[in-house]
Amino acid sequence: MKTSTSTSFKNNFPLSLQETEVAEEKVIPLGGLKPHISVRNLNISYGSQRILKNVSIDIPNKKITAIIGPSGCGKTTLLKTFNRLIESADGINIDGEVLVDGENIYGNDVEVTHIRKKMGLLSQRPMPLPMSIFDNIAYGMRIHGIRKKALLQEKVEHYLRQASLWEEVKDRLHHPATKLSIGQQQRLCLARGLAVEPEIILGDEPTSALDPISSQRIEEKFVELKKDYTVIMVTHILRQARRIADYIIFMWLGEIVEHGPAQELLENPKEEMTREYVKGVIS
Amino acid sequence: MSTGRILKDRIAGKSVWLVTLFSGLILFLIIVGLYLKSAPILHSHSLSDLLFESKWKPGKNQFGFLPYILSTVYVTFISLVIAVPLCVLCAIYMSEYANKKVKGFVTSLVDILAGIPSVIFGIWGIILIVPFISNKLAPAFGHEDSTGYSILAGGLVLAVMVFPIVIHIMLEVLRTVPVELREASLSLGANKWETIKKVVLRKAAPGISAAIVLGFSRAFGETLAVLMVVGNTALIPKSLFDSGYPLPALIANNYGEMMSIPLYDSALMFAALLLLTVILVFNVIARMVIMRLEKQMI
Ligand SMILES: Nc1ncnc2c1ncn2[C@@H]1O[C@H](COP(=O)(O)OP(=O)(O)O)[C@@H](O)[C@H]1O
Ligand SMILES: [Mg+2]
Repeated sequence: MKTSTSTSFKNNFPLSLQETEVAEEKVIPLGGLKPHISVRNLNISYGSQRILKNVSIDIPNKKITAIIGPSGCGKTTLLKTFNRLIESADGINIDGEVLVDGENIYGNDVEVTHIRKKMGLLSQRPMPLPMSIFDNIAYGMRIHGIRKKALLQEKVEHYLRQASLWEEVKDRLHHPATKLSIGQQQRLCLARGLAVEPEIILGDEPTSALDPISSQRIEEKFVELKKDYTVIMVTHILRQARRIADYIIFMWLGEIVEHGPAQELLENPKEEMTREYVKGVIS
Repeated sequence: MSTGRILKDRIAGKSVWLVTLFSGLILFLIIVGLYLKSAPILHSHSLSDLLFESKWKPGKNQFGFLPYILSTVYVTFISLVIAVPLCVLCAIYMSEYANKKVKGFVTSLVDILAGIPSVIFGIWGIILIVPFISNKLAPAFGHEDSTGYSILAGGLVLAVMVFPIVIHIMLEVLRTVPVELREASLSLGANKWETIKKVVLRKAAPGISAAIVLGFSRAFGETLAVLMVVGNTALIPKSLFDSGYPLPALIANNYGEMMSIPLYDSALMFAALLLLTVILVFNVIARMVIMRLEKQMI
């Protein structure tokens, strides 16, 4: 992993170029996929309680990766290590490496806001900021220095359109975002995340609070977005993983039991435990 | 539902309603009682004379409440100017930065502070704050003649007294702001301070205002400790280092004494009515402001 220089603009290169470069630096076989995030020997514990045990995994670039497993197995924890949200928890110990675009984000001189800006996050319950719809989208852009009103307006519209929310909210941009329905709120959160121009979309069971139709819209968005973004989604809905995931990571009690291309893992699991989970024997 | 459960539900609903009605009724009765008792002075003096005159000479039938009203306002205001910023900063530190140990320690400290009787605060004011003001602070600002018994001393003592209750509520309020909301802001690349300022405090604004209102209400009415350090002279204070005479102190110092003076009793009742009215009006306005805040942002 050390060979490639850590740059985020690498992503803007034509795909073919990247793939030739990547072929030689692979550590764990990804089935021919280029990794965007690589986790190496990650151990996480709260005090003496071990939450993640020796996790090493590559997350493929511009694919949808689903993290599945029973609740409490460490899915959220793993997801939060990707943008270093985990480190704000009280009494946590983090050991190991997480490389994003080849850069160890837990390195000494890494600026955390720069890492977080690379990733948009959707939480289990949509969390609109306590401000207007417009300000929700503009929040991140303002923080990163965009001040021009016209530009902000243009971008807010752009990202609301990208999240298929524009038509529903264009007449009430300055109303509080909390007045939106839960499904709309989640799309707002997506638009807000996209507005800081990330490379990666993280979702922690992003549809679990939504009605079926809203869930479906989020799923459709994810499929659309993987053209340009790496999508990582925690889910406890196996069918959802089946529908949209390209790659699946199955976790159990803080360990990765098995990972691989979605179809392979779901239809032909190598591990007994995966087979039982996929069949629904354990959940 | 079984009839028993329906019955219990009904009784519970009714009794909650009754209790609410009852407390409303008590408040109403207090107001009516105070009004009736202060009726004599209201009949013989015009309201504007009572409120805006500064001559207080009960023996000569002069009852100007202005010095008392202003003293109350000043002392309360000073205490809040000191306490509110400190409370907000302290609450932010405790809820956003402090680790569990510090938090537990400071929380129990605050709770102990809340349980200290006001007379102790008064004594603390007399042996520490008053000499400090008269020896150091007042001379530094060119008020050599200050005895230290002043509205500043009252405000300082009061600030310390409202601190625990205000901080306690603020911490509760900040705790209701979901962790995920902070994470949402952080994940957009905001740093911790930006997150606190633009998201956490905004979300908590109605609750924080409510905490301040409660602090105000407490400060308006607090009697004993203030009475011990404020000097109790019925003159309009001209500076922070002058003494004053807040309404609660007036009532507590004089009730049951000098009853031979006509209308004195009635004047004290009017003082109580005034105090109660101010607190009620203030609470209603504050509640309205808080409701608007909630509508705008949450
Ligand atoms: N702040 C915390 N302090 C202590 N333990 C925690 C904390 N957060 C999560 N855990 C523990 O970490 C484990 C994994 O949690 P999590 O990653 O949320 O699981 P999942 O998302 O798969 O349901 C659980 O056993 C949980 O109890
Ligand atoms: Mg979880």
